[in-house]
Amino acid sequence: MSVQRPSLVTGPGAVGSWPEHFDQLYTRSRDMRLQRFYAAGTVTADTPIINTPLIAMDFETTGLDAEQNDIVSIGVVPFSIHRIFCRESAHWVVKPGQNLTGGSVVIHGITHSEIDVAPDLESILESLLTAIAGRIVVVHYRHIEREFLAQALLHRLGESIEFPVIDTMALEQNILYRRQSILDRLLKRRVGPLRLGDCRERYGLPHYQAHHALTDALATAELFQAQVAHHFGEETLLGELWC
Amino acid sequence: MHAEQIEIASFLVNHPPFDELPEEVLNELARQVEVVYYRSGSDILNLADPIQDLYVIRKGAVETYRRTGELYNRLTNGDVFGQVSLMMNQRVRFPVKAIEDTLIYCIPFELFQDYCDRYETFADYFESENSTLLHKAVSDHQENNNLTSVKVKELITRELVTIPGDASIRHAAELMTAQQVSSLLVVDPNPEQTDSEGPGGIVTDRDLRERVLATGLSPESAVKTVMSKVMVTLDENAYVFEAMLLMLRNNIHHLLIMRRQVPIGVLALSDLVRHESQSSILLVRSIFNMTNVEELQAYSQQLPAVFVRMVKEDANSHMIGSAMAVIGQSFKQRLLELAEEQFGPAPVPYCFLALGSMARDEQLIYTDQDNAIVLDDRYREEAHGAYFEQLAKFVCDGLAACGYSYCDGEIMASNPKWRMTRSAWKAHFSQWIDDPKPQALLNGSIFFDLDGVFGRTQWATELRRFVTDKTRGNRSFLASMARNALNRKPPLGFFKEFVMEKDGQHKNSINIKRRGTAPLTDVIRVHALAVGSSAVNSFERLDDVIQSGILPEGKGADLVDALEYLSIVRIRHQSRQIESGKEPDNNIHPTNLTSFERRNLKEAFQVVSNAQSFLKYRYNANIPTAS
Repeated sequence: MSVQRPSLVTGPGAVGSWPEHFDQLYTRSRDMRLQRFYAAGTVTADTPIINTPLIAMDFETTGLDAEQNDIVSIGVVPFSIHRIFCRESAHWVVKPGQNLTGGSVVIHGITHSEIDVAPDLESILESLLTAIAGRIVVVHYRHIEREFLAQALLHRLGESIEFPVIDTMALEQNILYRRQSILDRLLKRRVGPLRLGDCRERYGLPHYQAHHALTDALATAELFQAQVAHHFGEETLLGELWC
Repeated sequence: MHAEQIEIASFLVNHPPFDELPEEVLNELARQVEVVYYRSGSDILNLADPIQDLYVIRKGAVETYRRTGELYNRLTNGDVFGQVSLMMNQRVRFPVKAIEDTLIYCIPFELFQDYCDRYETFADYFESENSTLLHKAVSDHQENNNLTSVKVKELITRELVTIPGDASIRHAAELMTAQQVSSLLVVDPNPEQTDSEGPGGIVTDRDLRERVLATGLSPESAVKTVMSKVMVTLDENAYVFEAMLLMLRNNIHHLLIMRRQVPIGVLALSDLVRHESQSSILLVRSIFNMTNVEELQAYSQQLPAVFVRMVKEDANSHMIGSAMAVIGQSFKQRLLELAEEQFGPAPVPYCFLALGSMARDEQLIYTDQDNAIVLDDRYREEAHGAYFEQLAKFVCDGLAACGYSYCDGEIMASNPKWRMTRSAWKAHFSQWIDDPKPQALLNGSIFFDLDGVFGRTQWATELRRFVTDKTRGNRSFLASMARNALNRKPPLGFFKEFVMEKDGQHKNSINIKRRGTAPLTDVIRVHALAVGSSAVNSFERLDDVIQSGILPEGKGADLVDALEYLSIVRIRHQSRQIESGKEPDNNIHPTNLTSFERRNLKEAFQVVSNAQSFLKYRYNANIPTAS
């Protein structure tokens, strides 16, 4: 039995209220696809992580500003804390709303000609939302995936999207922070590098080539399994981990 | 949504056996992988748990263990584990623990099987050098069982202090005090003149109290007068299961353990307890406490449970076959004791024979009763016939009541034809051997597997020696026996596919006894008779045959593996049937087997088929006879 602890990370979603919030979003949303997504609901905060259906998600984008830049590719890998299911994973290349100019944007493994023939995000939106519906999304650095998807939908459908996420970067930051000495904290020393590859190395996970959305999603799923194995335990409640 | 797992594919392509797969197959495999992370120190696989995947270590290190907890192997990046468990019956046989933080790629069993079927080189990886998959399956199975892998000498923790049997009891007590031991090994001072008293015994503190002080025996008496005799000896290099069988067979609780013919210690039944549930030993002991046929019949109901338990304990076919044969033999012995109580002692000495699988120590749960009686040459039909008819009927009916059904071919002691004097038996064997008519041999081959179970059991040994003296190198006889041994073909078609029963109740199945173990046993019998082996068990016969050098290099070992595999598949099949409340039979449905079991089975049948071809050539069995 795990003792209820306060959330390790704080996010925009008030902890514990996600299922109710989904109900409200369901009645407020106009788009059928979003309605279906919200109708699928979300697991409650008191669900042990071992019983939580998860899906790792990663975006490659044309830049870091959700208002200026757009999504180029999306990778998703469903998993639980004991198994990552590659056979149910998916990878989409989509055409960004702005042009990719020359060498200023480096997207690994995707050629310009591939992007030229890629569909708009809207045409794969239904598949994406179906894949993540009912699962808790796990990302490394939530500001990219959550904000880019919200912006992209706002731009295309006139309405945004909200969903709870588990952020492996925020979890790692917290784990490292708790390990710091008081002096480190007073001097506001950095906790250590938090890039996906750096975090993985701490758990003995192999080096994967970065910046491919599907590989990064797989890498994130593995990282979360390792974090749970080392720091939390399988009975930890979802409410302590999501935001 | 083409989800290519680049990292997984590019890892697998660099590691055997996956580097043998075509690129598109490898990419498909990478998409089917499941990934899991284990923290250092955590258990990955627990003994006997179900297992559904082949495990590939992406990064990290693990240790695999034998069921004893002993380290078996240490594996790291790119190594594969779980294949043995998948190939045998999808239960974990070697537990695995992460010794570093470890990331595992799991490959679903169906894919693994599929690739083994489709890509020879991929499958070959799982057969180590000079070792076929069949051999691996058989030897891994045996390695994992304490009874077959632990030697008797490992149980003898300290050597006993010895004393000559003619030393005084006082001397023995002094020696025990001086050496600070509670027991002594009493040895024969003149082993060359050993009489029938046997080689030695053991004397304990308790014997001094109960047999000397309490009875007022003089302390100057010879120590051998108060020792507990241990007549049966076993070499220290024998395996624990052999010790168990020896105790079972003789219904004794101590064995004298020898090193190069010199006694070094005593092995007690209690020493074996921690190595086996000893359920079979207990069953045998209880059989002799039953006072009538009804009690024996009720008791025989426990037999299936004992059988299933031995199978679950990973006993090999020789152990199970021997234990079942000893149990069957014990039923016969007890029935004969009861018969003699009821009808009085026999008017002339006799020997009750077990024939066929029971004599070979290859009996499974139940079998037809095949038995006969050898009578003393002073036997007179008019005077003694009625007694033996009564006795034989009592035993055969009793056996039938205990689950050993009557023999269809009437090869039973209750049939007057198979109650003969020693001379008559020899004459009969002479006739079979000197004038071998295939039809006679077809029914008669069972008589070449005989064992004495009660009475003058040495007569059985004598008969066996008589037979092998006549058969060794006897060309025309061996050619006839060989021809008979070719009658039942293994079920492999031209393209090595299984040939199944075409119709009837057992359609689409393979009778693994008729098509596998029986023809192989026949082949082995011919070789054994050819080299003059007086062994009866097929594995022991094979030892003698291999020793004699008549088989091509390596072929003997193949026969051993094939016999073990076919036997154990048959045994497991029957055990599963018993567990699900069915009547055990020999009909295997290949569709119920994993692709590895099918592969191993085909290989074993192929060995049988090759062995038949060799037999034909070796004994000139091609010439058809005019019969």
